[in-house]
Amino acid sequence: MKGGGLWQLGQSITRRIAQADKKAVSRRYFSAESELKKTVLYDFHVANGGKMVPFAGWSMPIQYKDSIMDSTLNCRQNGSLFDVSHMCGLSLKGKDSVPFLEKLVIADVAGLAPGAGTLTVFTNEKGGAIDDSVITKVKDDHIYLVVNAGCRDKDLTHIEEHMKAFKNKGGDVSWHIHDERSLLALQGPLAAPVLQHLTKEDLSKFYFGEFRILDINGVSCSLTRTGYTGEDGFEISVPSENAVDLAKAILEKSEGKIRLTGLGARDSLRLEAGLCLYGNDMEQHITPVEAGLTWAIGKRRRAEGGFLGADIILKQLEEGPSIRRVGFFSSGPPPRSHSEVQDDKGNNIGEVTSGGFSPCLKKNIAMGYVKSGKHKAGSKVKIVIRGKTYDGNVTKMPFVPTKYYKS
Amino acid sequence: MASRLMWASRAASYLRISVFHRGFSSVVKDLKYADSHEWVKIDGNSATIGITDHAQDHLGDVVYVELPEVGASVTQGGGFGAVESVKATSDIYSPVSGKVVEVNEELSNSPGLVNSSPYDNGWIIKVEVSDAGEIKNLMDADQYSNFCDEEDSKH
Repeated sequence: MKGGGLWQLGQSITRRIAQADKKAVSRRYFSAESELKKTVLYDFHVANGGKMVPFAGWSMPIQYKDSIMDSTLNCRQNGSLFDVSHMCGLSLKGKDSVPFLEKLVIADVAGLAPGAGTLTVFTNEKGGAIDDSVITKVKDDHIYLVVNAGCRDKDLTHIEEHMKAFKNKGGDVSWHIHDERSLLALQGPLAAPVLQHLTKEDLSKFYFGEFRILDINGVSCSLTRTGYTGEDGFEISVPSENAVDLAKAILEKSEGKIRLTGLGARDSLRLEAGLCLYGNDMEQHITPVEAGLTWAIGKRRRAEGGFLGADIILKQLEEGPSIRRVGFFSSGPPPRSHSEVQDDKGNNIGEVTSGGFSPCLKKNIAMGYVKSGKHKAGSKVKIVIRGKTYDGNVTKMPFVPTKYYKS
Repeated sequence: MASRLMWASRAASYLRISVFHRGFSSVVKDLKYADSHEWVKIDGNSATIGITDHAQDHLGDVVYVELPEVGASVTQGGGFGAVESVKATSDIYSPVSGKVVEVNEELSNSPGLVNSSPYDNGWIIKVEVSDAGEIKNLMDADQYSNFCDEEDSKH
């Protein structure tokens, strides 16, 4: 049965951007369309020409009227507004929130200044990644974090289990899942100037990774200067009843330059920025060291450990990992996840985990894992696509320079 | 080949992908169409093959077309190449059996012709037809239009 092959495969980007531990979420993927969850912006997406696809149990726009190519370019030139309400916002509260979270992640949470945040990784006993997450220390007794939609159930179960044990020992921590809020990501060079029109607070002193609670468009929002595109930008947690108004206000204030952008361009943008997609570039068996996220392991944490799988991760830090995440440029068709990577003699040295055609660079880019020693930038490789080998080389990431707003 | 097909059907069923119908794609009256969204123009013994407007519209920006070698044989329903868009990879299936006599070399430098001119400059291969009887297995323009409408309404 190959009927509709081209048609269906044309939509198969979701395969590449499915952020998920497949077992944990297979139930969600297979759920009937009517069971798909909708964000409060669903009707707004449809009214704006959004092509809705199932994604991690949600019906989300993969693109709007623009092509993915144009959407990607417009984000870097002007700006993009994404609905990322399918992602799960979570607050940990209680005076022991920090020591509790430090058992589960590699970050130096205690060392974060109030209002500061970082990318981190939830690890398992083997040092593998359960999920990646942006965490913020709002105050010493309040941590805000956002986890991947496809990992929601798995992550919450994991956190809950450990929280129970922690509380049984007298620890003071509880959680609140922010299902009453929606999440918008505003990215690109016009993100800050446009958002500045909608708030009285001075955004010029608000830097990458920082978090603040402030009024935007007349409503109290949580704002993080972060994103998933490599551009300057923000993620705005807004009460759901105000989300559509805020989206409209942002688009209006930009005079049409900031456009609604879907999951398709979001995937191109994050790949160009060299950012991992959980489920593709990072999985249960991949450690943060292998994934090139050693920088996210706090200095104190390297000395003290105290997180799940710390023994394995600290040993890898000392001895070096056996595989490493790298970038590739290549000729021929764009590499996709699971394309084999060979050295110039034809020996298997690894696998591509994400790849595609870069709308900004107008050439193929990919990331994947190769054996240590084969990871040096400039090394020649061959990438196998549908049985044919194509020339490529290892390269550093990001592919497109990042433009984070740093002090 | 088998593994590619398997990958394709697996990926599609695994994801249960669906997209709203975006609008009316054009069809060309004198062409024949396969249910895998390729068109073929029969001219005596020669068949020119490409992908339909409907297919290119769903695929989005085409960035690479993998072409077969001249002289390769193709069979009706068998894969002979691939189209890569920013979104994804899709196999291309031959609507007729025969031998590849020409490939559209222009596509190496300008794969976007598949989007801008799917029925004309974006043709993919020319085949010397070995079994003219197979053509009756294909759809005409009206049948194909209906087929696309039905397929879209299902998703």
